[in-house]
Amino acid sequence: MSHIKVVEGSEAVALAVKACRPQVIPSYPISPQTHIVERLAKMVADGELEAEYVRVESEFSAASVISGSSAAASRSYTASSSQGLLLMTEVLYASAGLRLPFVITGVNRSVSAPISIQVDHQDTISLRDSGVIQFYVESTQEAYDTHIAAFKVAEDTSILLPVMVCMDGWILTHSYEQVSFMEQEEVDRFLPPFQPVNFLDVNDPKSWGSYADDDVLMEFRYSIHEAMQHGKERIKEVFSELARITGRDHGGLIEAYRTEGAEVILVAMGSMVGTAKDAVDKLRSDGRKVGLIKIRCYRPFPYEDIWETIKDAKVVAVMEANVSMGSEGAVGMDLKAKLSGKADAPLVIDFIAGLGGREVNEGTIDEIVKKAEEVLNSGLPLQESHWVGLNPTILP
Amino acid sequence: MSVQFTASPQDLFVSGHRACHGCGMALAVRHILKATGKNVIVVTPTGCLETFASPYGYSPWRVPWIHHLFENGPSVATGVVAALKAQRQDSVRVLVIAGDGSTFDIGFGALSGMLERGDDVLYICTDNGAYMNTGGQRSGSTPMYAATTTHPAGRESLGKTQVMKDLPAIVAAHGAPYIATASVAYLKDLQKKVKKAMEFHGARYIQIDTPCPSGWGFPSERTLEVGRMGIDCGLIPIFEMEDGKTTRVRRIKKKIPVKDYLKSQARYKHLFTGDRGQAELGKIQAMADRNIEKYGLLGPSGEEESETSSDG
Repeated sequence: MSHIKVVEGSEAVALAVKACRPQVIPSYPISPQTHIVERLAKMVADGELEAEYVRVESEFSAASVISGSSAAASRSYTASSSQGLLLMTEVLYASAGLRLPFVITGVNRSVSAPISIQVDHQDTISLRDSGVIQFYVESTQEAYDTHIAAFKVAEDTSILLPVMVCMDGWILTHSYEQVSFMEQEEVDRFLPPFQPVNFLDVNDPKSWGSYADDDVLMEFRYSIHEAMQHGKERIKEVFSELARITGRDHGGLIEAYRTEGAEVILVAMGSMVGTAKDAVDKLRSDGRKVGLIKIRCYRPFPYEDIWETIKDAKVVAVMEANVSMGSEGAVGMDLKAKLSGKADAPLVIDFIAGLGGREVNEGTIDEIVKKAEEVLNSGLPLQESHWVGLNPTILP
Repeated sequence: MSVQFTASPQDLFVSGHRACHGCGMALAVRHILKATGKNVIVVTPTGCLETFASPYGYSPWRVPWIHHLFENGPSVATGVVAALKAQRQDSVRVLVIAGDGSTFDIGFGALSGMLERGDDVLYICTDNGAYMNTGGQRSGSTPMYAATTTHPAGRESLGKTQVMKDLPAIVAAHGAPYIATASVAYLKDLQKKVKKAMEFHGARYIQIDTPCPSGWGFPSERTLEVGRMGIDCGLIPIFEMEDGKTTRVRRIKKKIPVKDYLKSQARYKHLFTGDRGQAELGKIQAMADRNIEKYGLLGPSGEEESETSSDG
């Protein structure tokens, strides 16, 4: 039995985290993440949530506290955004290396300079190589459900890695939506208490974080990579197990939306997926063969599932709110690398859209599809990413 | 081959590490853990200790130990404390054993946060006055006029020109309930202070002078002697503070001039090879004299200890 309420996105996340019974929550303020940790602080203050809540002096320490508490066998959580996530970068790499299964909400926001509090994915994408598993969500409901799945994925003994749930700042964190909540008993059955085999234990002392030389370091890295690769199946199982309980299926590692017989397939992550679904519906009703892939799990990269969905399409248009300066968008690069050498692979075009909160509306998506169709008709791939909606009058 | 040290069954820091001959830090750690007993979790930030005491596949630690990063020892320790509290494990205590690079410099913000929150951590800085495992670069703890590889002595340079941070005073300004300085030259005193610190709760701080033969430039059998000279000249004041008040100091039995201490180490060699260095010796002597006056290191012996040699 679930109950339904209209809540702010941040509150939905806080309630999901609460239902997972975290034992340690450090917090440091940064917009637009702050409502989540404020709500959790109030729950602790009101005695609704029994957890150690630590007010740290930086995001670096927030990530460090959950590293220590996770190593000491407590379920641990924090949230951050933008500069805060970048400040945590070093900690996250090390925590993946130490196989510490905490959960972080990465509330997406652009990265300085120029400073801005508006949304894009540059912050979390910058962490893609860290060994942290990354999920991206489309809606507040999906944010709620994915946080509950995240702890189970992180703590799975075959995975044991930090998990970051990435959700768009403002658009998801600060808007009110109808959310269906799980009952506490349902969450408890789905997510048993965190009981790691290895932890900092005075009765069985072990050393963590040793110095590794050339004889072992590569094997450490490979084992993380393997945990991610093999984790794909396990992540899908966890998502379906939760979907069976909630009756809400957001998809597996990806969600394929109206991709049957599509010649052009859009690929997107985060809240722009919702807009893209509406655009696809309209284009389909006009008889255009357009579909959409939502990437739910970005790391590990769900290449196999994407391939199964796009192999009969002609053009794949990746629209992404990040860019690797001097190259292309990260998702486009991932996909092109994996398709390289496949003779019958569709053309991949990379579109950079929505940086710094630049609006991505149905018009933007129409423009992307039009450009993709141009490429399809000419048969000439674009060599560079196409930046959507640039204003030439303010360019130097 | 001569056996220089055999661990006793009570030791919690044993063989399996790769410290240099005469390492003051390794000695300090063994005695810290003798004093704490086995119900502790130790966090060590990056530094000499992490480097020599954790070669993968070996471990000298007989207590649970974690190294995470250079600048986050205090916050990792806070996390461990929070986890123990959440699990209601009252009998297990948490230590940070760090070096001066992480304590004085790169981890200073995290240390300040931990102190301000009063997290139940005993933070121990084993201080060798430079970044020794990277080859002896200047830190905030490097004493004035010591030469380091990033602030070397030369025709235009007498080494570090600034005074080292007074970290115990900074810790005291945070309101820490217990602060002490100690030296590997007096290991019983060191153990006594660790035991005493364990009787307090909240964020506590001990700074241990750990002479470094390779970094300071003295023969490896003279670690304790160099440590004693530092105390006897007044440059390394040994004291305890409770609730912001200095409660106890180690009196100097026979004061020596600072130049005797400085001459014992190659890092000060340049002070004795030209007129410019000689002229600055007075400043270092004045620093020692200020310490002696501030802490009453030559005052009447009331609580003076009889310990004059170490038990190795």
